[in-house]
Amino acid sequence: MTVPISAYLTLAAVLFGIGTIGVLMSRNIIILFMCIELMLNSANLALIAFSRALNMMDGHVMVFLVLTVAAAEAAVGLAMIITIFRNRETINIDRYSMMKW
Amino acid sequence: MADYLYLIPLLPLIGFLINGLLIGRLPKPVISLVGCGSIGLSLVLSLFAFFELRSLPEASRLIEQVLFTWVPAGSFHVNIAYLLDPLSAVMILVVTGVGFLIHVYSVGYMAHDPGYGRYFAYLNLFTFSMLTLVLADNYLLMFVGWEGVGLCSYLLIGFWFEKQSASDAGKKAFIVNRIGDFGFLLGMFIIFWQVGSLDFTVVMASAPTAFVAGGGLITAACLLMFVGATGKSAQIPLYVWLPDAMEGPTPVSALIHAATMVTAGVYMIARSSALFIMAPDALMVVAIVGAATALFAATIGLVQNDIKRVLAYSTVSQLGYMFLACGVAAFSAGIFHLMTHAFFKALLFLGAGSVIHAMSNEQDIRKMGGLKKHLPITYWTFLLACLAIAGIPGFSGFFSKDEILWKALSSNHGHLLLYVVGLVTALLTAFYMFRLLYLTFHGNERMDEHTKHHLHESPKMMTVPLMVLAVLSVIGGYVGMPHVLGATNYFEHWLAPIMASETGHGGEAATDLHMSGAGNTTLELGLMFLAVALIVCAILYARHLYLNKPEIATRLRERFSGLHTVLYNKYFVDEIYGAVIVRPLIYGSVFLWKVVDVVMIDGLANGFARVGQDMAELFKYAQSGRVRGYATVFVAGVVVLVGYLVMR
Repeated sequence: MTVPISAYLTLAAVLFGIGTIGVLMSRNIIILFMCIELMLNSANLALIAFSRALNMMDGHVMVFLVLTVAAAEAAVGLAMIITIFRNRETINIDRYSMMKW
Repeated sequence: MADYLYLIPLLPLIGFLINGLLIGRLPKPVISLVGCGSIGLSLVLSLFAFFELRSLPEASRLIEQVLFTWVPAGSFHVNIAYLLDPLSAVMILVVTGVGFLIHVYSVGYMAHDPGYGRYFAYLNLFTFSMLTLVLADNYLLMFVGWEGVGLCSYLLIGFWFEKQSASDAGKKAFIVNRIGDFGFLLGMFIIFWQVGSLDFTVVMASAPTAFVAGGGLITAACLLMFVGATGKSAQIPLYVWLPDAMEGPTPVSALIHAATMVTAGVYMIARSSALFIMAPDALMVVAIVGAATALFAATIGLVQNDIKRVLAYSTVSQLGYMFLACGVAAFSAGIFHLMTHAFFKALLFLGAGSVIHAMSNEQDIRKMGGLKKHLPITYWTFLLACLAIAGIPGFSGFFSKDEILWKALSSNHGHLLLYVVGLVTALLTAFYMFRLLYLTFHGNERMDEHTKHHLHESPKMMTVPLMVLAVLSVIGGYVGMPHVLGATNYFEHWLAPIMASETGHGGEAATDLHMSGAGNTTLELGLMFLAVALIVCAILYARHLYLNKPEIATRLRERFSGLHTVLYNKYFVDEIYGAVIVRPLIYGSVFLWKVVDVVMIDGLANGFARVGQDMAELFKYAQSGRVRGYATVFVAGVVVLVGYLVMR
């Protein structure tokens, strides 16, 4: 049984939507961060699906690239979050308003 | 040949550098030795140069020494080069000779001044600049010297700068001179534009072809240069700085404001005689301004009570005489008077310095009197100088003044009116000089007891220069005796090769031949006797008024109190200049400051800043500082973009 591509794409869209809403709604910076990861992975899913459907390897290449970037981003991002937390003793993103006028 | 020419100005410069760089570190004897020694050596070299020049045949008396190229800018080419010809030879002798005596005198006069080293440094710098001025072989280098002496004049007038009046006088001198310099520069531009060179020899040789005789350009050039001369040589309308310049030390007044610097304008015109002779209109202006200044300043001199101010106005008046001579194309007579004037006026100033020294810095002649027996040497030398400036036969002033008067009448550019003004000025000169002499040295002793107690003749260091100058004041005129007395005018003959005249290059012989007809001889002799008789009368009248019957002088003063007030206040010229030029200038500056600068320019700049600020006020709300807000805007933007791309 082959799963139609529309199913993959629907799943990817749903995941991306959840991620976006999470980024916009969450006040916890860790959750926000995880939502960004979710969005990246939904994009990966879509790429893999297209790659499989079109029988081309380009999508795979892209996915490896995105994974690498995501890993780097996670490492740097978490380090920054820890540093900010040490300074401000909060992970509530709305309290990070130093750049306000 | 005369390789040492450059050393003449260089030595005082070295003196300046030593005294100036080691200020406050040298003992006084060393300062004096460097200051006087450098210019003394210059004097010796000048004498050598003079005799070397004299040994040359008449037609080739011109030594030029090019040191290096200063400005090589295309067709504009200027050298640092010195030119020795009969005219500059006379000038360097006057500058180094009189300058040396005044330096020596200063050793005595300034002995107790805390600024001793600074004083000699300035004085040496001045001498360097003045020698550069007179030895320069082109207008630009001359202008350098011209500005240099102006600077030194400023520095030395304001030498006692802790005195407000002295520093004000220095600024006044400098600013007024700048106005004149502007004219000089413009004149120089015209010359370069037409001739393509600023070298004296080139300009004088090619002037007849480069300019149309009597044309507008040459007249403009000459008049502009004359503006420069009126500034430097204190002629109407720019003479106002010279009387104030008396704030400086007295030897400075003698050196800069009597003997040398103020004569630079006369020298410049004599140097440019070939140009001026081609512009009769400019010559007429020079003559009229000279005569007017001579008379104008002499009338002010009649009533001044400050010993130095009388001498200052006398200087202005005598400079007017020199310009009168130049204006009637009798350039060598002007230079002749310049030389004799340098002797007797330097002597008068130094004598006045000696008096002031003895009187514990009192300068008011109303508080003097009877100094004759306290200061015998000063008195006798002062008397000789007075006789010389008054024009008593046998003294130097007689020969030069008489020559100018005669030329004012007889020259092709002369006029009866110029002669009369000159004659009246001569009378006034004799009168106020002897008024000064009688009030200072004769009559009752009007000083207070304390001052009287301190009266003393000046030290040898000061009296010896006085005596030397007195000798020069007496004999200095014999080099230029008039033809009419059956003598040879060596001075005129000496200058003839470089002084332009109506007959072109090569001497005034033609005019003299023309003028020495039998009738004219009688006329000249007659006028000479007339002038002498009138001058003697003026002296006797001064004696009568101020020595025998002082009450008449007082009565006269009361009777003509209006006139006296006007004269005493120098025709209110300073006040008029203040109201007409200085005040409007200040108002204009305040307008520019308060309205143009503060309101318009600052307003414009601040306005732009204000606009930026207001816009920022409007848009600052976009910077909420909330990360989720930014993310929302970002997502919305992406949705819009993607939507647009999909829907397209």
